[in-house]
Amino acid sequence: MSQIRALIVDDSSVMRKIVERSLRQAGIDLSHVIEAGNGVEALGLLDSNTVDLILCDINMPVMDGLELVRHLQTIDKLRGVPVVMITTEGSESNVIQALSLGAKGYIRKPFTPDQVKEHVLPVLGV
Amino acid sequence: MTPSSERLSSTTAFDRTSWTHLLEFAACEVFDIMLGTRLQPYTSQAVAANDEFTALVGLAGSLCGVLSIRCANQSARIMASLMLGMPPEEVDNDSWDALGEVANMIAGNFKGKLSGIGNHCMLSVPTIIVGSDYKTRSLGPGKTLEAVFDFDHKPLWVTLEVHD
Repeated sequence: MSQIRALIVDDSSVMRKIVERSLRQAGIDLSHVIEAGNGVEALGLLDSNTVDLILCDINMPVMDGLELVRHLQTIDKLRGVPVVMITTEGSESNVIQALSLGAKGYIRKPFTPDQVKEHVLPVLGV
Repeated sequence: MTPSSERLSSTTAFDRTSWTHLLEFAACEVFDIMLGTRLQPYTSQAVAANDEFTALVGLAGSLCGVLSIRCANQSARIMASLMLGMPPEEVDNDSWDALGEVANMIAGNFKGKLSGIGNHCMLSVPTIIVGSDYKTRSLGPGKTLEAVFDFDHKPLWVTLEVHD
C-alpha cells in the first residue's frame, strides 16, 4: 500500500487523535494527516491540500458531516476521494443517508482499531 | 457489568430497570472499547468533589432528554490520558474534550440499543460545565436514571434525564 494523505474531520480534537492512531494501528502508512473541526474548515483545507482519504464525524457544529459529503460530491476534484463516516449517529437511517450521499464506509463510535481496519482498507482498495 | 459484543435491545416503552441496565451497559462498553477500562459499580458513599467536570449531551426526537457524565477533574484527565495514550500530566484542555466525547458516545450507544429509537433521535454536540456549584432544571416532567461507577477510585456519575 502506498503512502496515504488523510483528512480527519471531527469537532473533538481527542477523537481526531484517536482516529489517526487507529489508522496507523490498522497498518495504513500515513504520509500526511490534516485535521478539521467541522465541514467548513475541511472544505477550506481541501482548497490547498490533496488527500487520498477523508474520515468524517457527522454531528459537528457549523457544517455537519452529511452536509460536507454533499458538498464534496459537487466539486470535481474531490468527488472521487473516499469518505468514511466515524460517528455516534449510527442509526440505520443515518447510514443509508451517508452512503446515498457518497460516503464509502461507516464506522460507529465506540470503535476498535480492528473495525477501522475492516472499514477503511477496502475503500483504499486494499 | 461485563461488557461484551452482545447487543441488548428494549422496547421504546420506558422501563426503569431495563433502561438503567442499558445505560450501565452502554457506559461500560464505551469505557471498555475506547479507554481499555472495565467500569465497576461505586460501592462507597459517592460524594461530589469541588473541582468537577460535567458533560451534557441533549437527545431530541422520539427520545427527549439529557445525558450527563460527571466526575472529578483528575478523573477526566485520566480519561483523556487513556484515550490518547499519554501520561495524565501531559493532558491539558483535552480532558474537557475527552469527557464530552465519552458522553457523546454513551448517549449514542444507549439510544442505539433501544429498538426503534435510534432512527428518530438526534444528539446535540456536548456541553461542558466546570465546577460543581450549579443546578439544572427541566421545564417538563421527566424521569431520571443514574448509574454511579468507580473510575480510578473516584465516583463517576452517568445520568439520563428522560423528558415525557
